[in-house]
Amino acid sequence: MKSGRFWAWVVFVLGAAYFFIPLIATIEFSLRMRRGVYSLDAYKVVLGDSQFQATFMFSVIVAVFTILLGVLIVVPTAYWIRLRMPQIRPIVEFITLLPLVIPAIVIVFGYIRMYGSNSPLPFLATNTGANALLVIGYATLALPYMYRAVDTGLRTIDVRTLTEAAQILGAGWGTIISRVILPNVLIAVLSGAFLTFAIVIGEFTMASLLNRPAFGPYLQNLVANRAYEPAALSIIAFVITWGCMSLIQILSRFAPKSANRPN
Amino acid sequence: MTDLSVSNQAIAGKAAPPGEARAMRLPTQWLGVTPFFVFAVMFLILPTLYLMLGAFQNEAGEFTFANIVALFSANIVAAYWISIKVSLASSLIGAFAGLAIAIAIVRGGLPNWIRSGTLTFSGVASNFAGVPLAFAFIATLGRLGLVTVLLNTLVGFNIYAHGFNLLSFWGLTITYVYFQIPLMVVIIVPAIDGLKREWGEAAATLGATQAQYWRMVVIPVLWPSFLGTVILLFANAFGAIATAYALTGSSLNIVPILLYAQIRGDVLHNAHLGYAIAFGMIVITGLANIFYIWFRTRSERWLK
Repeated sequence: MKSGRFWAWVVFVLGAAYFFIPLIATIEFSLRMRRGVYSLDAYKVVLGDSQFQATFMFSVIVAVFTILLGVLIVVPTAYWIRLRMPQIRPIVEFITLLPLVIPAIVIVFGYIRMYGSNSPLPFLATNTGANALLVIGYATLALPYMYRAVDTGLRTIDVRTLTEAAQILGAGWGTIISRVILPNVLIAVLSGAFLTFAIVIGEFTMASLLNRPAFGPYLQNLVANRAYEPAALSIIAFVITWGCMSLIQILSRFAPKSANRPN
Repeated sequence: MTDLSVSNQAIAGKAAPPGEARAMRLPTQWLGVTPFFVFAVMFLILPTLYLMLGAFQNEAGEFTFANIVALFSANIVAAYWISIKVSLASSLIGAFAGLAIAIAIVRGGLPNWIRSGTLTFSGVASNFAGVPLAFAFIATLGRLGLVTVLLNTLVGFNIYAHGFNLLSFWGLTITYVYFQIPLMVVIIVPAIDGLKREWGEAAATLGATQAQYWRMVVIPVLWPSFLGTVILLFANAFGAIATAYALTGSSLNIVPILLYAQIRGDVLHNAHLGYAIAFGMIVITGLANIFYIWFRTRSERWLK
Protein backbone atom coordinates (compact mmCIF):
# COMPACT_ATOMS: atom_id res chain seq x y z
CA MET A 1 0.00 0.00 0.00
CA LYS A 2 2.86 2.33 0.90
CA SER A 3 4.65 1.68 -2.38
CA GLY A 4 1.30 2.26 -4.11
CA ARG A 5 1.12 5.73 -2.66
CA PHE A 6 4.74 6.38 -3.63
CA TRP A 7 4.02 5.47 -7.26
CA ALA A 8 0.85 7.59 -7.23
CA TRP A 9 2.96 10.58 -6.22
CA VAL A 10 5.54 9.80 -8.91
CA VAL A 11 2.83 9.64 -11.60
CA PHE A 12 1.18 12.79 -10.35
CA VAL A 13 4.41 14.81 -10.20
CA LEU A 14 5.49 13.67 -13.68
CA GLY A 15 2.05 14.58 -15.04
CA ALA A 16 2.07 17.95 -13.30
CA ALA A 17 5.54 18.69 -14.72
CA TYR A 18 4.42 17.87 -18.25
CA PHE A 19 1.36 20.10 -17.92
CA PHE A 20 2.85 23.04 -16.06
CA ILE A 21 6.22 23.49 -17.77
CA PRO A 22 4.70 24.62 -21.11
CA LEU A 23 2.45 27.06 -19.24
CA ILE A 24 5.37 28.44 -17.25
CA ALA A 25 7.48 28.70 -20.41
CA THR A 26 4.70 30.59 -22.18
CA ILE A 27 4.19 32.98 -19.26
CA GLU A 28 7.94 33.55 -19.02
CA PHE A 29 8.13 34.20 -22.76
CA SER A 30 5.16 36.58 -22.71
CA LEU A 31 6.94 38.76 -20.10
CA ARG A 32 10.17 39.16 -22.08
CA MET A 33 9.09 41.78 -24.60
CA ARG A 34 11.12 44.55 -23.04
CA ARG A 35 14.83 43.70 -23.23
CA GLY A 36 16.46 42.69 -19.96
CA VAL A 37 13.47 43.00 -17.60
CA TYR A 38 10.14 41.24 -17.18
CA SER A 39 7.24 43.47 -18.16
CA LEU A 40 3.61 43.26 -19.18
CA ASP A 41 4.32 45.07 -22.46
CA ALA A 42 3.18 42.16 -24.65
CA TYR A 43 -0.21 42.14 -22.90
CA LYS A 44 -0.55 45.90 -23.30
CA VAL A 45 0.27 45.72 -26.99
CA VAL A 46 -2.16 42.84 -27.55
CA LEU A 47 -5.07 44.30 -25.60
CA GLY A 48 -4.56 47.69 -27.26
CA ASP A 49 -4.55 46.22 -30.77
CA SER A 50 -7.77 47.21 -32.53
CA GLN A 51 -7.68 44.03 -34.62
CA PHE A 52 -7.57 41.95 -31.46
CA GLN A 53 -10.62 43.78 -30.10
CA ALA A 54 -12.52 43.43 -33.38
CA THR A 55 -11.80 39.73 -33.90
CA PHE A 56 -12.38 38.87 -30.26
CA MET A 57 -15.74 40.67 -30.23
CA PHE A 58 -16.68 38.90 -33.46
CA SER A 59 -15.93 35.51 -31.91
CA VAL A 60 -17.84 36.38 -28.74
CA ILE A 61 -20.92 37.33 -30.77
CA VAL A 62 -20.64 34.18 -32.89
CA ALA A 63 -20.35 32.15 -29.67
CA VAL A 64 -23.50 33.75 -28.24
CA PHE A 65 -25.49 33.00 -31.41
CA THR A 66 -24.10 29.47 -31.48
CA ILE A 67 -25.30 28.91 -27.94
CA LEU A 68 -28.77 30.30 -28.76
CA LEU A 69 -29.06 28.11 -31.86
CA GLY A 70 -27.81 25.08 -29.93
CA VAL A 71 -30.36 25.62 -27.16
CA LEU A 72 -33.19 26.15 -29.68
CA ILE A 73 -32.41 22.88 -31.42
CA VAL A 74 -31.37 20.69 -28.52
CA VAL A 75 -33.75 21.55 -25.67
CA PRO A 76 -37.06 20.91 -27.49
CA THR A 77 -35.66 17.77 -29.13
CA ALA A 78 -34.24 16.25 -25.95
CA TYR A 79 -37.47 17.13 -24.11
CA TRP A 80 -39.72 15.65 -26.76
CA ILE A 81 -37.71 12.45 -26.90
CA ARG A 82 -37.92 12.00 -23.14
CA LEU A 83 -41.63 12.75 -23.16
CA ARG A 84 -43.02 11.09 -26.26
CA MET A 85 -40.50 9.29 -28.40
CA PRO A 86 -38.01 7.31 -26.30
CA GLN A 87 -37.95 4.79 -29.14
CA ILE A 88 -35.95 7.08 -31.43
CA ARG A 89 -33.45 8.04 -28.75
CA PRO A 90 -30.71 5.76 -30.17
CA ILE A 91 -31.02 7.41 -33.60
CA VAL A 92 -30.84 10.93 -32.16
CA GLU A 93 -27.92 10.01 -29.90
CA PHE A 94 -26.10 8.51 -32.87
CA ILE A 95 -26.60 11.70 -34.89
CA THR A 96 -25.42 13.92 -32.04
CA LEU A 97 -22.23 11.83 -31.84
CA LEU A 98 -21.49 12.14 -35.57
CA PRO A 99 -19.53 15.43 -35.19
CA LEU A 100 -17.01 13.49 -33.10
CA VAL A 101 -16.54 11.08 -36.02
CA ILE A 102 -16.65 13.50 -38.96
CA PRO A 103 -13.75 15.95 -38.65
CA ALA A 104 -14.68 19.65 -38.61
CA ILE A 105 -12.63 20.28 -41.73
CA VAL A 106 -14.73 17.74 -43.66
CA ILE A 107 -18.00 19.30 -42.47
CA VAL A 108 -16.92 22.79 -43.49
CA PHE A 109 -15.60 21.47 -46.83
CA GLY A 110 -19.08 20.08 -47.46
CA TYR A 111 -20.61 23.48 -46.60
CA ILE A 112 -18.32 25.29 -49.02
CA ARG A 113 -19.31 22.94 -51.85
CA MET A 114 -23.02 22.74 -51.03
CA TYR A 115 -23.79 26.31 -50.03
CA GLY A 116 -21.43 28.25 -52.33
CA SER A 117 -22.48 31.34 -54.27
CA ASN A 118 -23.82 29.32 -57.21
CA SER A 119 -25.82 26.79 -55.21
CA PRO A 120 -29.60 26.83 -54.67
CA LEU A 121 -29.00 27.90 -51.04
CA PRO A 122 -26.18 30.46 -51.43
CA PHE A 123 -25.17 31.01 -47.80
CA LEU A 124 -21.69 32.05 -48.87
CA ALA A 125 -22.84 34.72 -51.33
CA THR A 126 -23.28 37.33 -48.59
CA ASN A 127 -21.41 38.22 -45.42
CA THR A 128 -24.46 37.67 -43.25
CA GLY A 129 -25.02 34.31 -44.86
CA ALA A 130 -21.42 33.26 -44.26
CA ASN A 131 -21.66 34.39 -40.63
CA ALA A 132 -24.87 32.38 -40.28
CA LEU A 133 -23.14 29.35 -41.78
CA LEU A 134 -20.28 29.76 -39.28
CA VAL A 135 -22.79 29.81 -36.40
CA ILE A 136 -24.48 26.73 -37.84
CA GLY A 137 -21.14 24.96 -38.21
CA TYR A 138 -20.20 25.72 -34.60
CA ALA A 139 -23.61 24.55 -33.42
CA THR A 140 -22.88 21.25 -35.18
CA LEU A 141 -19.48 20.97 -33.47
CA ALA A 142 -21.07 21.70 -30.09
CA LEU A 143 -23.99 19.31 -30.66
CA PRO A 144 -22.47 16.30 -28.83
CA TYR A 145 -21.68 18.35 -25.73
CA MET A 146 -24.89 20.37 -25.71
CA TYR A 147 -27.12 17.31 -26.18
CA ARG A 148 -25.41 15.34 -23.43
CA ALA A 149 -25.55 18.28 -21.00
CA VAL A 150 -29.25 18.93 -21.61
CA ASP A 151 -30.18 15.24 -21.57
CA THR A 152 -28.39 14.80 -18.24
CA GLY A 153 -30.31 17.81 -16.91
CA LEU A 154 -33.64 16.42 -18.09
CA ARG A 155 -32.91 13.11 -16.39
CA THR A 156 -32.98 14.85 -13.01
CA ILE A 157 -36.48 16.30 -13.40
CA ASP A 158 -39.83 14.61 -13.80
CA VAL A 159 -40.62 15.71 -17.34
CA ARG A 160 -43.99 13.96 -17.57
CA THR A 161 -45.48 15.32 -14.35
CA LEU A 162 -44.25 18.85 -15.05
CA THR A 163 -45.74 18.72 -18.55
CA GLU A 164 -49.10 17.39 -17.36
CA ALA A 165 -49.27 19.96 -14.57
CA ALA A 166 -48.56 22.74 -17.05
CA GLN A 167 -51.13 21.40 -19.48
CA ILE A 168 -53.79 21.24 -16.77
CA LEU A 169 -53.05 24.91 -16.09
CA GLY A 170 -53.65 25.59 -19.77
CA ALA A 171 -50.10 26.07 -21.07
CA GLY A 172 -49.23 25.46 -24.73
CA TRP A 173 -46.07 23.70 -25.95
CA GLY A 174 -44.11 26.95 -26.33
CA THR A 175 -44.93 28.00 -22.78
CA ILE A 176 -44.15 24.55 -21.40
CA ILE A 177 -40.71 24.44 -23.00
CA SER A 178 -39.69 28.05 -22.38
CA ARG A 179 -41.24 28.61 -18.95
CA VAL A 180 -41.35 25.18 -17.32
CA ILE A 181 -38.72 22.89 -18.83
CA LEU A 182 -35.98 25.42 -19.69
CA PRO A 183 -35.79 27.01 -16.20
CA ASN A 184 -35.58 23.53 -14.69
CA VAL A 185 -32.63 22.49 -16.84
CA LEU A 186 -31.07 25.95 -16.94
CA ILE A 187 -27.96 24.88 -15.07
CA ALA A 188 -27.35 21.99 -17.46
CA VAL A 189 -27.96 24.31 -20.42
CA LEU A 190 -25.48 26.82 -19.01
CA SER A 191 -22.83 24.10 -18.59
CA GLY A 192 -23.27 23.20 -22.22
CA ALA A 193 -23.20 26.89 -23.10
CA PHE A 194 -19.86 27.56 -21.41
CA LEU A 195 -18.32 24.48 -23.00
CA THR A 196 -19.60 25.72 -26.37
CA PHE A 197 -18.06 29.12 -25.64
CA ALA A 198 -14.69 27.55 -24.83
CA ILE A 199 -14.77 25.55 -28.08
CA VAL A 200 -15.92 28.42 -30.30
CA ILE A 201 -13.80 31.29 -29.05
CA GLY A 202 -10.47 30.18 -30.50
CA GLU A 203 -11.71 27.87 -33.27
CA PHE A 204 -9.54 28.09 -36.36
CA THR A 205 -10.52 25.62 -39.09
CA MET A 206 -14.09 26.65 -39.86
CA ALA A 207 -13.54 30.37 -39.36
CA SER A 208 -10.49 30.34 -41.59
CA LEU A 209 -12.03 28.30 -44.41
CA LEU A 210 -15.20 30.42 -44.40
CA ASN A 211 -12.99 33.56 -44.42
CA ARG A 212 -14.53 35.01 -41.26
CA PRO A 213 -12.64 37.70 -39.27
CA ALA A 214 -12.62 35.56 -36.11
CA PHE A 215 -10.22 35.29 -33.19
CA GLY A 216 -8.72 31.93 -34.23
CA PRO A 217 -7.39 33.03 -37.64
CA TYR A 218 -6.12 36.29 -36.09
CA LEU A 219 -4.20 34.27 -33.50
CA GLN A 220 -2.80 32.01 -36.20
CA ASN A 221 -1.66 35.00 -38.21
CA LEU A 222 0.02 36.50 -35.15
CA VAL A 223 1.92 33.29 -34.34
CA ALA A 224 3.33 33.31 -37.85
CA ASN A 225 4.48 36.95 -37.70
CA ARG A 226 5.22 38.02 -34.10
CA ALA A 227 7.23 36.70 -31.18
CA TYR A 228 5.92 37.88 -27.80
CA GLU A 229 2.30 38.83 -28.48
CA PRO A 230 1.20 35.25 -29.28
CA ALA A 231 2.58 34.14 -25.91
CA ALA A 232 0.46 36.76 -24.16
CA LEU A 233 -2.57 35.71 -26.24
CA SER A 234 -2.00 32.03 -25.45
CA ILE A 235 -2.09 32.85 -21.76
CA ILE A 236 -5.25 34.92 -22.27
CA ALA A 237 -6.85 32.02 -24.17
CA PHE A 238 -5.90 29.63 -21.39
CA VAL A 239 -7.43 31.94 -18.77
CA ILE A 240 -10.66 32.18 -20.79
CA THR A 241 -10.88 28.39 -21.09
CA TRP A 242 -10.16 28.12 -17.36
CA GLY A 243 -12.90 30.66 -16.63
CA CYS A 244 -15.47 28.71 -18.65
CA MET A 245 -14.58 25.42 -16.95
CA SER A 246 -14.67 26.94 -13.45
CA LEU A 247 -18.09 28.41 -14.17
CA ILE A 248 -19.32 24.94 -15.22
CA GLN A 249 -17.96 23.49 -11.97
CA ILE A 250 -19.55 26.20 -9.86
CA LEU A 251 -22.87 25.74 -11.67
CA SER A 252 -22.82 21.98 -11.20
CA ARG A 253 -22.96 22.54 -7.44
CA PHE A 254 -26.38 24.11 -7.88
CA ALA A 255 -27.71 21.35 -10.12
CA PRO A 256 -30.39 19.05 -8.68
CA LYS A 257 -29.06 15.55 -8.12
CA SER A 258 -32.13 13.36 -8.67
CA ALA A 259 -35.72 13.38 -9.86
CA ASN A 260 -38.81 13.55 -7.65
CA ARG A 261 -37.28 15.16 -4.62
CA PRO A 262 -39.80 15.24 -1.77
CA ASN A 263 -39.65 19.02 -1.17
CA MET B 1 -31.46 5.64 -17.32
CA THR B 2 -32.90 2.48 -18.83
CA ASP B 3 -35.31 2.24 -15.90
CA LEU B 4 -36.70 5.66 -16.59
CA SER B 5 -37.27 5.11 -20.29
CA VAL B 6 -38.85 1.73 -19.64
CA SER B 7 -41.26 3.21 -17.11
CA ASN B 8 -41.98 6.06 -19.53
CA GLN B 9 -42.86 3.58 -22.19
CA ALA B 10 -45.03 1.67 -19.77
CA ILE B 11 -46.90 4.84 -18.88
CA ALA B 12 -47.17 5.82 -22.50
CA GLY B 13 -48.53 2.36 -23.30
CA LYS B 14 -51.18 2.65 -20.59
CA ALA B 15 -52.17 6.17 -21.51
CA ALA B 16 -52.22 5.54 -25.25
CA PRO B 17 -55.63 6.29 -26.72
CA PRO B 18 -57.41 3.65 -28.79
CA GLY B 19 -56.82 3.10 -32.50
CA GLU B 20 -58.23 6.15 -34.27
CA ALA B 21 -56.82 8.78 -31.94
CA ARG B 22 -53.40 7.22 -32.13
CA ALA B 23 -53.45 7.28 -35.93
CA MET B 24 -54.22 10.98 -35.77
CA ARG B 25 -51.49 11.73 -33.25
CA LEU B 26 -48.67 9.91 -34.93
CA PRO B 27 -47.66 12.62 -37.43
CA THR B 28 -47.87 15.47 -34.91
CA GLN B 29 -45.60 13.50 -32.65
CA TRP B 30 -42.90 13.61 -35.31
CA LEU B 31 -43.32 17.38 -35.64
CA GLY B 32 -41.56 17.81 -32.29
CA VAL B 33 -38.29 16.38 -33.60
CA THR B 34 -38.54 17.81 -37.12
CA PRO B 35 -36.32 20.88 -36.50
CA PHE B 36 -33.56 18.66 -35.17
CA PHE B 37 -33.71 16.25 -38.10
CA VAL B 38 -33.90 19.06 -40.66
CA PHE B 39 -30.84 20.67 -39.07
CA ALA B 40 -28.93 17.41 -38.89
CA VAL B 41 -29.73 16.44 -42.49
CA MET B 42 -28.98 19.86 -43.94
CA PHE B 43 -25.83 20.72 -42.05
CA LEU B 44 -24.31 17.42 -41.04
CA ILE B 45 -25.48 14.52 -43.15
CA LEU B 46 -26.03 16.03 -46.61
CA PRO B 47 -22.71 17.96 -46.73
CA THR B 48 -20.89 14.77 -45.75
CA LEU B 49 -22.80 12.64 -48.27
CA TYR B 50 -22.16 15.27 -50.93
CA LEU B 51 -18.40 14.88 -50.45
CA MET B 52 -18.64 11.09 -50.29
CA LEU B 53 -20.55 10.95 -53.58
CA GLY B 54 -18.22 13.54 -55.12
CA ALA B 55 -15.31 11.25 -54.32
CA PHE B 56 -16.76 8.77 -56.85
CA GLN B 57 -17.41 11.28 -59.63
CA ASN B 58 -15.24 12.98 -62.19
CA GLU B 59 -15.53 16.61 -63.33
CA ALA B 60 -18.35 15.68 -65.72
CA GLY B 61 -20.32 14.04 -62.91
CA GLU B 62 -19.79 10.49 -64.17
CA PHE B 63 -19.17 7.61 -61.81
CA THR B 64 -15.48 6.71 -61.42
CA PHE B 65 -12.98 5.11 -59.09
CA ALA B 66 -10.19 7.30 -60.47
CA ASN B 67 -10.18 9.64 -57.43
CA ILE B 68 -9.93 6.76 -55.00
CA VAL B 69 -7.13 5.26 -57.05
CA ALA B 70 -5.39 8.66 -57.10
CA LEU B 71 -5.43 8.60 -53.28
CA PHE B 72 -2.74 5.94 -53.48
CA SER B 73 -0.19 8.29 -55.00
CA ALA B 74 2.98 8.57 -52.96
CA ASN B 75 2.52 11.96 -51.29
CA ILE B 76 -1.12 11.36 -50.29
CA VAL B 77 -0.34 7.92 -48.86
CA ALA B 78 2.56 9.51 -46.97
CA ALA B 79 0.21 12.17 -45.57
CA TYR B 80 -2.29 9.53 -44.39
CA TRP B 81 0.48 7.42 -42.96
CA ILE B 82 1.99 10.22 -40.86
CA SER B 83 -1.49 11.30 -39.71
CA ILE B 84 -2.32 7.77 -38.63
CA LYS B 85 1.04 7.42 -36.88
CA VAL B 86 0.66 10.72 -34.99
CA SER B 87 -2.95 9.97 -34.03
CA LEU B 88 -2.16 6.43 -32.95
CA ALA B 89 0.95 7.39 -30.96
CA SER B 90 -0.69 10.37 -29.27
CA SER B 91 -3.89 8.44 -28.45
CA LEU B 92 -1.99 5.46 -27.02
CA ILE B 93 0.46 7.59 -25.01
CA GLY B 94 -2.39 9.85 -23.92
CA ALA B 95 -4.56 6.88 -22.97
CA PHE B 96 -1.97 5.07 -20.87
CA ALA B 97 -0.63 8.23 -19.22
CA GLY B 98 -4.20 9.41 -18.59
CA LEU B 99 -5.13 6.03 -17.12
CA ALA B 100 -2.07 6.10 -14.85
CA ILE B 101 -2.93 9.60 -13.63
CA ALA B 102 -6.58 8.68 -13.15
CA ILE B 103 -5.68 5.59 -11.10
CA ALA B 104 -3.15 7.62 -9.12
CA ILE B 105 -5.66 10.31 -8.15
CA VAL B 106 -8.60 7.94 -7.50
CA ARG B 107 -6.87 4.92 -5.97
CA GLY B 108 -3.42 6.19 -5.01
CA GLY B 109 -4.30 7.61 -1.59
CA LEU B 110 -3.36 11.14 -2.62
CA PRO B 111 -4.93 14.10 -0.76
CA ASN B 112 -8.42 15.01 -1.91
CA TRP B 113 -7.53 18.46 -3.25
CA ILE B 114 -5.23 16.83 -5.78
CA ARG B 115 -8.10 14.81 -7.17
CA SER B 116 -10.47 17.75 -7.59
CA GLY B 117 -7.67 20.01 -8.81
CA THR B 118 -6.58 17.48 -11.42
CA LEU B 119 -10.16 17.01 -12.64
CA THR B 120 -10.71 20.76 -13.05
CA PHE B 121 -7.38 21.16 -14.77
CA SER B 122 -8.16 18.24 -17.09
CA GLY B 123 -11.42 19.91 -18.10
CA VAL B 124 -9.47 23.01 -19.03
CA ALA B 125 -6.51 21.32 -20.73
CA SER B 126 -8.68 18.97 -22.81
CA ASN B 127 -10.22 22.08 -24.37
CA PHE B 128 -6.93 23.91 -24.65
CA ALA B 129 -6.00 23.01 -28.20
CA GLY B 130 -5.27 24.81 -31.40
CA VAL B 131 -3.07 27.84 -31.87
CA PRO B 132 -2.43 28.70 -28.17
CA LEU B 133 -1.32 25.14 -27.45
CA ALA B 134 1.03 25.14 -30.42
CA PHE B 135 2.56 28.37 -29.20
CA ALA B 136 2.98 27.04 -25.66
CA PHE B 137 5.09 24.21 -27.07
CA ILE B 138 7.08 26.55 -29.29
CA ALA B 139 7.90 28.54 -26.13
CA THR B 140 8.86 25.30 -24.35
CA LEU B 141 10.57 23.01 -26.85
CA GLY B 142 11.17 25.30 -29.83
CA ARG B 143 14.71 26.24 -30.78
CA LEU B 144 14.59 29.13 -28.28
CA GLY B 145 12.13 27.46 -25.91
CA LEU B 146 12.57 27.50 -22.15
CA VAL B 147 13.37 23.80 -21.77
CA THR B 148 15.63 23.75 -24.83
CA VAL B 149 17.64 26.71 -23.54
CA LEU B 150 17.75 25.47 -19.93
CA LEU B 151 18.94 22.00 -20.97
CA ASN B 152 21.60 23.59 -23.13
CA THR B 153 22.94 26.06 -20.56
CA LEU B 154 22.59 23.93 -17.40
CA VAL B 155 23.48 20.45 -18.63
CA GLY B 156 25.05 21.36 -21.94
CA PHE B 157 22.63 19.07 -23.78
CA ASN B 158 21.35 20.50 -27.05
CA ILE B 159 18.24 18.49 -27.94
CA TYR B 160 18.23 19.89 -31.46
CA ALA B 161 21.79 18.71 -32.01
CA HIS B 162 20.63 15.24 -30.93
CA GLY B 163 17.96 14.96 -33.56
CA PHE B 164 14.92 16.40 -31.80
CA ASN B 165 12.72 18.73 -33.80
CA LEU B 166 9.40 20.18 -32.67
CA LEU B 167 8.26 20.25 -36.30
CA SER B 168 8.38 16.49 -36.64
CA PHE B 169 6.43 13.36 -35.83
CA TRP B 170 7.54 13.29 -32.20
CA GLY B 171 7.17 17.02 -31.73
CA LEU B 172 3.58 16.89 -32.95
CA THR B 173 2.86 13.79 -30.87
CA ILE B 174 4.20 15.39 -27.67
CA THR B 175 2.04 18.44 -28.34
CA TYR B 176 -1.12 16.43 -29.07
CA VAL B 177 -0.63 14.44 -25.87
CA TYR B 178 -1.28 17.70 -24.00
CA PHE B 179 -5.00 17.52 -24.83
CA GLN B 180 -5.19 13.72 -25.12
CA ILE B 181 -4.17 12.90 -21.52
CA PRO B 182 -6.72 15.24 -19.89
CA LEU B 183 -9.51 13.94 -22.14
CA MET B 184 -8.67 10.41 -21.02
CA VAL B 185 -8.65 11.50 -17.36
CA VAL B 186 -12.03 13.23 -17.68
CA ILE B 187 -13.67 10.18 -19.26
CA ILE B 188 -11.99 7.35 -17.34
CA VAL B 189 -12.21 8.71 -13.76
CA PRO B 190 -15.97 8.01 -13.51
CA ALA B 191 -15.34 4.47 -14.76
CA ILE B 192 -12.66 3.90 -12.10
CA ASP B 193 -15.01 5.38 -9.50
CA GLY B 194 -17.49 2.73 -10.61
CA LEU B 195 -15.21 -0.09 -9.41
CA LYS B 196 -16.84 -1.21 -6.21
CA ARG B 197 -14.70 -1.65 -3.11
CA GLU B 198 -16.59 -4.91 -2.47
CA TRP B 199 -15.08 -6.48 -5.58
CA GLY B 200 -11.60 -5.98 -4.21
CA GLU B 201 -12.66 -7.39 -0.86
CA ALA B 202 -14.40 -10.35 -2.48
CA ALA B 203 -11.31 -11.07 -4.56
CA ALA B 204 -9.11 -10.86 -1.46
CA THR B 205 -11.46 -13.19 0.45
CA LEU B 206 -11.16 -15.74 -2.33
CA GLY B 207 -7.39 -15.54 -1.96
CA ALA B 208 -6.57 -13.45 -5.03
CA THR B 209 -3.31 -11.56 -5.10
CA GLN B 210 -3.29 -7.88 -6.00
CA ALA B 211 -2.04 -8.81 -9.48
CA GLN B 212 -4.85 -11.31 -9.97
CA TYR B 213 -7.42 -8.78 -8.80
CA TRP B 214 -6.16 -6.33 -11.42
CA ARG B 215 -5.88 -8.89 -14.18
CA MET B 216 -9.21 -10.62 -13.61
CA VAL B 217 -11.43 -7.85 -12.23
CA VAL B 218 -10.19 -4.31 -12.84
CA ILE B 219 -8.88 -4.63 -16.39
CA PRO B 220 -11.91 -6.52 -17.77
CA VAL B 221 -14.29 -3.98 -16.20
CA LEU B 222 -12.36 -0.93 -17.42
CA TRP B 223 -11.52 -2.43 -20.81
CA PRO B 224 -14.59 -1.26 -22.79
CA SER B 225 -14.46 2.35 -21.60
CA PHE B 226 -10.69 2.42 -22.00
CA LEU B 227 -10.86 1.14 -25.56
CA GLY B 228 -13.72 3.47 -26.40
CA THR B 229 -11.75 6.44 -25.16
CA VAL B 230 -8.64 5.41 -27.11
CA ILE B 231 -10.73 5.47 -30.27
CA LEU B 232 -12.25 8.82 -29.35
CA LEU B 233 -8.73 10.17 -28.79
CA PHE B 234 -7.64 8.76 -32.14
CA ALA B 235 -10.46 10.51 -33.99
CA ASN B 236 -9.79 13.64 -31.97
CA ALA B 237 -6.16 13.76 -33.10
CA PHE B 238 -6.88 12.63 -36.65
CA GLY B 239 -9.20 15.54 -37.40
CA ALA B 240 -7.18 18.16 -35.53
CA ILE B 241 -5.65 20.79 -37.76
CA ALA B 242 -5.19 24.11 -35.96
CA THR B 243 -2.47 22.86 -33.60
CA ALA B 244 -0.47 21.22 -36.37
CA TYR B 245 -0.93 24.14 -38.74
CA ALA B 246 0.22 26.70 -36.17
CA LEU B 247 3.12 24.50 -35.14
CA THR B 248 4.51 23.38 -38.44
CA GLY B 249 2.90 25.60 -41.09
CA SER B 250 2.80 23.20 -44.00
CA SER B 251 6.19 21.62 -43.36
CA LEU B 252 4.67 18.47 -41.87
CA ASN B 253 2.36 16.94 -44.45
CA ILE B 254 -0.52 15.47 -42.44
CA VAL B 255 -3.92 14.77 -44.02
CA PRO B 256 -5.95 17.65 -42.48
CA ILE B 257 -3.27 20.14 -43.57
CA LEU B 258 -3.21 18.64 -47.07
CA LEU B 259 -7.00 18.92 -47.23
CA TYR B 260 -6.84 22.46 -45.86
CA ALA B 261 -4.39 23.47 -48.59
CA GLN B 262 -6.56 21.72 -51.18
CA ILE B 263 -9.72 23.60 -50.07
CA ARG B 264 -7.83 26.89 -50.02
CA GLY B 265 -6.07 26.65 -53.35
CA ASP B 266 -6.69 23.34 -55.12
CA VAL B 267 -3.02 22.37 -54.72
CA LEU B 268 -3.74 18.94 -56.15
CA HIS B 269 -5.31 20.45 -59.31
CA ASN B 270 -8.29 18.13 -59.07
CA ALA B 271 -11.34 19.20 -57.05
CA HIS B 272 -12.67 15.67 -56.80
CA LEU B 273 -9.41 14.40 -55.37
CA GLY B 274 -10.14 16.74 -52.44
CA TYR B 275 -13.48 14.95 -51.98
CA ALA B 276 -11.65 11.65 -52.04
CA ILE B 277 -9.28 12.83 -49.29
CA ALA B 278 -12.26 13.87 -47.14
CA PHE B 279 -13.88 10.52 -47.92
CA GLY B 280 -10.71 8.75 -46.79
CA MET B 281 -10.73 10.67 -43.49
CA ILE B 282 -14.33 9.67 -42.81
CA VAL B 283 -13.55 6.04 -43.69
CA ILE B 284 -10.69 5.97 -41.19
CA THR B 285 -12.58 7.57 -38.28
CA GLY B 286 -15.64 5.51 -39.21
CA LEU B 287 -13.61 2.26 -39.21
CA ALA B 288 -12.18 3.20 -35.83
CA ASN B 289 -15.72 3.51 -34.48
CA ILE B 290 -16.84 0.22 -36.01
CA PHE B 291 -13.88 -1.47 -34.28
CA TYR B 292 -14.94 0.19 -31.06
CA ILE B 293 -18.52 -1.08 -31.33
CA TRP B 294 -17.31 -4.55 -32.27
CA PHE B 295 -14.89 -4.70 -29.34
CA ARG B 296 -17.47 -3.35 -26.96
CA THR B 297 -20.17 -5.85 -27.86
CA ARG B 298 -17.60 -8.64 -27.51
CA SER B 299 -16.39 -7.49 -24.12
CA GLU B 300 -19.91 -6.80 -22.89
CA ARG B 301 -21.04 -10.27 -23.86
CA TRP B 302 -18.04 -11.61 -22.04
CA LEU B 303 -18.81 -9.48 -18.97
CA LYS B 304 -22.21 -11.11 -18.60
